[in-house]
Amino acid sequence: MAEPVLILDGVRKSFGALKVTDGVSLAVAPGELHALIGPNGAGKTTLVHQISGMLTPDDGTIRFRGQDVTAFNAEKRARHGLARTFQITSTIASLSALENVALGVQAKASHPLSFFRNAASDERLNRPARAALDAVGLSERAHVPAGSLSHGEKRALEIAMALALEPAAILLDEPLAGVGKEEGERLIALLKSLKGRYAMLLVEHDMEAVFALADTVSVLVYGRVIASGDPAVVRADPAVREAYLGEEGG
Amino acid sequence: MSSATTTSEVSSVAPPRERAKLLLPAILFLLLALAPLAVTIGMPAGWLALLTRALIFAIAALSLDLILGVGGLVSFGHAAFLGIGAYVTGIMITEGRSEALVILPVILGVCALFGAITGAVCLRTRGVAFIMITLAFGQMVYFLAQALSAYGGDDGLTLYEKSTLLGFNPFANRTSFYYSVLIALAGAYLLVRGFVASRFGRVLRAARENPVRVSVTGFDVTKVRLVAYVISGMLAGLSGFFLANHTEFVSPAFMSWQRSGELIFMAVLGGVGSLHGAIIGAIAYLIAEDALSHLTEHWRVIFGPMIILFVLFTRGGIVGMLRKLGPRHG
Repeated sequence: MAEPVLILDGVRKSFGALKVTDGVSLAVAPGELHALIGPNGAGKTTLVHQISGMLTPDDGTIRFRGQDVTAFNAEKRARHGLARTFQITSTIASLSALENVALGVQAKASHPLSFFRNAASDERLNRPARAALDAVGLSERAHVPAGSLSHGEKRALEIAMALALEPAAILLDEPLAGVGKEEGERLIALLKSLKGRYAMLLVEHDMEAVFALADTVSVLVYGRVIASGDPAVVRADPAVREAYLGEEGG
Repeated sequence: MSSATTTSEVSSVAPPRERAKLLLPAILFLLLALAPLAVTIGMPAGWLALLTRALIFAIAALSLDLILGVGGLVSFGHAAFLGIGAYVTGIMITEGRSEALVILPVILGVCALFGAITGAVCLRTRGVAFIMITLAFGQMVYFLAQALSAYGGDDGLTLYEKSTLLGFNPFANRTSFYYSVLIALAGAYLLVRGFVASRFGRVLRAARENPVRVSVTGFDVTKVRLVAYVISGMLAGLSGFFLANHTEFVSPAFMSWQRSGELIFMAVLGGVGSLHGAIIGAIAYLIAEDALSHLTEHWRVIFGPMIILFVLFTRGGIVGMLRKLGPRHG
């Protein structure tokens, strides 16, 4: 296995007496799709927040691309190539789909905050943005305000926004949440098409999707990883079945 | 837009909605450029002075709209910048330095410094706390001006001459003063409009709606807001320069919190975030204030409810109303 892109080592976070993240260690290799599953309240989103820099762990280290990024804030981690999507869709509603993605392109550009020139007609931003929209199948919706897109389209747009950062790793926080069957299948196909090109940490409740996509599955229960490894092995693990899959997977 | 080729063609030019947005500001500035003609065909001369005052406040309201409407930051201390601009002008003229090209760089420098220091503190907070801290800084400058006993203190400072520009006196003549302010307003408008459309402006706009998304995209939201805050303060300082030259008097009241509130009113009245809305709002506010104050001395009793009703029943202010009346596209 190649040197992992993302390594968590003994990450801990408590809110008062509640241990939300209780010594989590895991690694994501380049091109690997690592799924993180667990029952509600297991602390999955809190962990994603800590990896993306929106929350600071109380203890432990997060290494990204060979560098200790534990002390970096969210924008610094993004600039280092760590992109994320949100459990609750997070786009800029009044900007067009193209502009949403161009914002990400802009973040990687040589003058991200230039005062000069009209940004909306800047082909240096729009060309890569259109390519990212194309990759998620939204090229025909480029000029629609993000707020007017369907829920599934917003999900796809968020992924395009992540791709625009030319990331080394993408954190996907329940990309299928609230999406209907048809759009869900399209999103799964999209994630499949990205597999191998980006390291991805996928938090997801849809077990069918997880087992169709993941190279590795980690199971988080009460802030601890109780099992991690090959999907088939994790699925058969009696502790996992008891804690989680028992009720859902049957 | 059925194929990828049409998509790329469309995006290389401004979408139709963008072009429609240019129409209203173009009409507005054309009317303002022609306004002095109204005096030659019989409007009272005082009317031009009122309009000049309105355009001076339009610069301040426009600058406020950059942070309020575009950036989503409700500053309740914006009059401080206006007051600083007016006081620097008043003090420098009193000290015998009346050249605008000497005064203006000082104003811009002082306002930028004040904006950078206070902004760095204010922008650590959000929401109501931000409003209160900007208010507190505004009041600080207000009391500082009151304490300036060498320059009039509480009573204010009367100016016995106006600024000059390269040795000429464009501010002495009513019409050329009007056009000087109009040119400054047009310049400020184009500048701010350019900012808003730029990469910088896109990040500022996006951060108003969704700062978390903007920061996980790799932008330092606070830094972007601080830059906008400083630019906004500098432009408000410019309006203070004209205000001092217009009234030939500066007083602490220029930077009271009520004045900051009036600036917010102007921006809201016109329609926040559109920039030209702030200009229209300032003009409407000052004309309405003038008209009502001629009717009765209790004009505020009428003016207050009028504004409340207006804000309640028109979404997007005057500009929002005009947009509804006009054609939707092109």
